[in-house]
Amino acid sequence: MSHPNKKRLRRSMMFLNCQKPGLIKDPYIYKPDSIMLDLEDAVAENQKDAARYSLYHALQEIDYRGVERVVRINGLDTPHWREDIRVCVAGGADTIRIAKTESARDVHIVEEHVLAAEREFGRPEGSTLLMAALESCRGVLHALEVCESSDRLIGIALSGGDYTKDLQTVITGTGVELQGARQQMIIAARAAGVQCWDTVFTNLDAMDVFEEEVKMIKMMGFDGKSLVNPRQIDIVHKIFTPSQKEIIFAEKVVREIDEKKSLGIGVFTVDGKMIDIAFYDGAKRTIDLAKASGVYEGDL
Amino acid sequence: MEIKKAAMAGTLESSDAQVTVEPGENGIDLSIESSVIHQFGRQIRATVLETLNRLQVTDAKVTVVDKGALDCTLKARVECAVYRSNGITENLPWGGVIK
Repeated sequence: MSHPNKKRLRRSMMFLNCQKPGLIKDPYIYKPDSIMLDLEDAVAENQKDAARYSLYHALQEIDYRGVERVVRINGLDTPHWREDIRVCVAGGADTIRIAKTESARDVHIVEEHVLAAEREFGRPEGSTLLMAALESCRGVLHALEVCESSDRLIGIALSGGDYTKDLQTVITGTGVELQGARQQMIIAARAAGVQCWDTVFTNLDAMDVFEEEVKMIKMMGFDGKSLVNPRQIDIVHKIFTPSQKEIIFAEKVVREIDEKKSLGIGVFTVDGKMIDIAFYDGAKRTIDLAKASGVYEGDL
Repeated sequence: MEIKKAAMAGTLESSDAQVTVEPGENGIDLSIESSVIHQFGRQIRATVLETLNRLQVTDAKVTVVDKGALDCTLKARVECAVYRSNGITENLPWGGVIK
């Protein structure tokens, strides 16, 4: 049976450096959907051990008030990932983000160690979810096999910095260098029925550009975005939460399709727009998203 | 656990604590420096001693410079310093003596 939290709402996933106690003590006040406690790039090489103790006690003792606790572990090409997995599972992390994922095999290796840790620390088998960060051309090209690699896998996230390095270009701010990866990843994720998140946007002086980027990835079909600053959360939530106008239209579509179906009518108009059965799932999804975002007051 | 060599963990940033452990004799020699010593000194001392006790550290010189750390941070820094003094970074007893 699928994990109940596998498809929970994940519009905003905010990175926090586990090396900094001041950052991980109360991030729930900003109300992100998920926090990503980082053991990887943000943590200096000689502080990897220190970050794990902080992580363990934070997971065990801080009440994050329903915010999903994801931990980004170090890559499989480092000496750190095995102990990272042990501490994540022992501490009770909800989800592990696998850095630099390139293949289904990478996910399987992590999965094997997670299962061993669940047995070692007496956690229910299968309780720890996984997500995969794709950070290279090879990883992006293998997006579908990664998406289909494990029942624990909730989705894939683009890591733009490393990916553009591998592509031999840079983050330009226009998004042109990320077009192919974004498109490939969202198509693979949808084909496999998992979620998909866009890369971070690091220029905090260009909030208008950030907002445009969030609107674009929403239109592309992404479920949300990795974030580096609490100021970015509200913008993402505003864009990813259906407006009252969209909710009302979706309700009409669902009701009308249900009603017309019983009357033997296949195509008709709602508010001047041609509607048929193809619109049904999209309208349902809008209502589900509104419910998950806490803005739905209807009875569908 | 024995304190085999001097080791340190943590920083002097806000909400953190810097903990130093050094080999010692005749019990725990603990000194604490904190801007909130009057308000939380007793609690900081209790948390540090309890953590050392759990790790079965009986003889050591321990110095804590507290910058407003939560209990969970203090514990994390003490544990890290003690394991560093033993050169141990893997197969740690999460949920055992680290809890």
